[in-house]
Amino acid sequence: MKTLVLMLVLAAPAAAQVPYARILDAASEPGNWLTYSGSYGAQRYSTLAQINRDNVDRLQPAWIYQIRSLQKFEVSPLVVDGVMYITEPPSDATALDLRTGRPIWRYRRALPEGIVTCCGQVNRGVALLDDQVFLGTVDAHLVALDARTGRVRWDIEVADYAMGHAVTVAPLALQDKIIVGIAGGEYGIRGFLDAYDPTTGERLWRFWTVPGPGEPGHDTWSGDSWERGGAPTWVTGAYDPELDLLYWGTGNPGPDFIGEVRRGDNLYSESLIALDPDTGTLQWYFQFLPHDVHDYDSTQVPVLLDAELGGEPRQLVLFPNRNGFYYVLDRVTGEFLVGQPFARQTWALGLDADGRPIENPETIPSTDGALVYPDDDGAANWYSPSYSPQTNLIYQNVREKGGIYYRADATYEPGKIYMGASRRGVTGEDPKGFLRALHPLTGDLVWEVEVHSPPWAGLMSTAGGLVFSGTMEGDFFAADALTGDVLWRFQTGGPVYANPITYLSEGRQFIAIAAGSALLTFALPE
Amino acid sequence: MRWGVAAGGAIGVALVPLVVLSAPTVVTAQTAEMEQGKRLYESQCGSCHGPLGNGGRGANLAQPRLRRASDDQALFNIIRRGIPGTEMPGSPLTPRQVSSIAAYVKTLGRVEPEDIPGDGRRGEAVFAALDCARCHTLGGRGGIVGPGLDDIGARRSAAHLREALLDPEASVPSGFLQLRVVTKDGRALTGFRVNEDAFSIQFRDLSGRLHSFWKYELDVLEQQWQRSPMGSYAARLTSEQTDDLVAYLVSLKGAQ
Repeated sequence: MKTLVLMLVLAAPAAAQVPYARILDAASEPGNWLTYSGSYGAQRYSTLAQINRDNVDRLQPAWIYQIRSLQKFEVSPLVVDGVMYITEPPSDATALDLRTGRPIWRYRRALPEGIVTCCGQVNRGVALLDDQVFLGTVDAHLVALDARTGRVRWDIEVADYAMGHAVTVAPLALQDKIIVGIAGGEYGIRGFLDAYDPTTGERLWRFWTVPGPGEPGHDTWSGDSWERGGAPTWVTGAYDPELDLLYWGTGNPGPDFIGEVRRGDNLYSESLIALDPDTGTLQWYFQFLPHDVHDYDSTQVPVLLDAELGGEPRQLVLFPNRNGFYYVLDRVTGEFLVGQPFARQTWALGLDADGRPIENPETIPSTDGALVYPDDDGAANWYSPSYSPQTNLIYQNVREKGGIYYRADATYEPGKIYMGASRRGVTGEDPKGFLRALHPLTGDLVWEVEVHSPPWAGLMSTAGGLVFSGTMEGDFFAADALTGDVLWRFQTGGPVYANPITYLSEGRQFIAIAAGSALLTFALPE
Repeated sequence: MRWGVAAGGAIGVALVPLVVLSAPTVVTAQTAEMEQGKRLYESQCGSCHGPLGNGGRGANLAQPRLRRASDDQALFNIIRRGIPGTEMPGSPLTPRQVSSIAAYVKTLGRVEPEDIPGDGRRGEAVFAALDCARCHTLGGRGGIVGPGLDDIGARRSAAHLREALLDPEASVPSGFLQLRVVTKDGRALTGFRVNEDAFSIQFRDLSGRLHSFWKYELDVLEQQWQRSPMGSYAARLTSEQTDDLVAYLVSLKGAQ
């Protein structure tokens, strides 16, 4: 009768493990990493300081988890209550035991043939809300998993993958909704940002980033070009709970490199949009780059900061843009406040008083080839910046690499590349890469660390006075957040295409980073 | 439905355009193709995937949905080209031979149709009355100590399910291992294994709580193979209720 006795204790509590209130107050539990950028304000800063500038030289590997895929491993892990949740390319998810690095469950997705993604079948991470894990997929679905087991709760189509749509972005969990962006700006999709009911998977709203007929901004697209207008939303945004505004960057208009088939400013491509998260209605927008012909997606992580500017307290959003300019906007109104280059750029002669660029016509793709800095990989990209309130600096990995662009045909066919140029590299020089610390209110350079190749690693700063970064040659390193002195480095054996995080396990601080085909964690010796 | 290899389906027809002369000819052609597929499977695939497709060095193919082969074309392509970055090689076989292997592979995970005497609708009421969801997830709700049941009817035969109800310890799912541990600080826990290596073990206790231990932290780590936390329902169900419950479970085919 022992089995009967056991059955008495079988009642499984359906615990709401990560309620919205916990994410809202993520700063009060730095031992966990509950949302993509660590907090809704997206500073990617941790108050943990066990690992600090005095002892970081003793940091050593704790455990390593290896994946089977050879695709770029772009995950930003989440950590809660002893479990790490990661995605693995192309569209898989795994829960890892924090103590040992051993898998607890695996979700392995069967993908159809014929998936097109411009830049690798990648995924940047999950969202957590209550007792569920949310995962986007390269066949453009959103999947809800039971956080305890990885079993599928629901699986819905966001858009048709055969048209070039894919979900590579880590979703953002807000109160009673999951925000999901879309990729496909190289395939002539019409971009959007969606919200879904976490319980049912029902779509709550869709904001089209390219306005349809009759909507404001529609007249910024000539003819029917809006139907293929791009403006994808493939990098996780930020949220201000007090203003109740959701901030999200939008990508390039389509076709990427040909402007005359889409005359006009091409709203809301290349913009930061601020939406009411309950309705998906637009509250304001700021378009960094009207009528882009360089594929400079403004899909970076917006960083929220309250600071005094011009003698008065302001609610700001900081935005180091892929186009090479550093922007500061008022996040209540979208007003342009500051803009200056933080990287080598030749596409603009400057910005006017409203922040609108004065374009350099010599850099527009042409039949003879036009040289431009940065190339379409940008001065920044999807990888995250970090702001440290301790140093009052914003950190950005910077790419300085040019490209020569030759006009090509762009005929729209569903699911086919729709870009309109071919690129040649610049010979006779090495492209450059830097970790740069900028003054957050001006974009002025404070210090830099030069690395070998233009990096694809995100950054994280900590109260230990450190900023963590990685390189294409496999180095993972910590720099002094005040001075840029490199205090520790470790050769991971594979390029770093990911954002670092930090957390506590059994009271000890750990740092985690994906590199090559491995997820590595580091800690001080016990 | 875009992905997921259905348990049944028109085997081979989608892969090989058969010349349809008359119905019996098609049946004969399919049978011959299946036999060829079985022979080729055993010689070309079985050394890694096992004679019954249960896996080994290669993936388990005896399941209704194959992770990497979400449709017929994907299965064909994998057999033909292999999977880059894995040990699965491509094959020099002809397209027709590949098709016959694919057709056979699709039968490996198929649960054969059976005559089910019970009434599934009444079985659903039995399922609710017994509170089976206390331990089993169905439709996203329920406990996690037992196997999920969303597609149990696609994975298990009626006979197997009947046995699992009447004599659970005779048909413990492969990989399920009940454990009893006692920690060095005196805590005793019973649960089942989630994962294990030389130095650590992760397991869930019977409330569903996850534990991770270094083995040096344990005084007792007792494996209880063929034990199940599920008691027999033989004395609690009439034979009619058992039939009804089995019929209900068989009807759970998952989202297709």
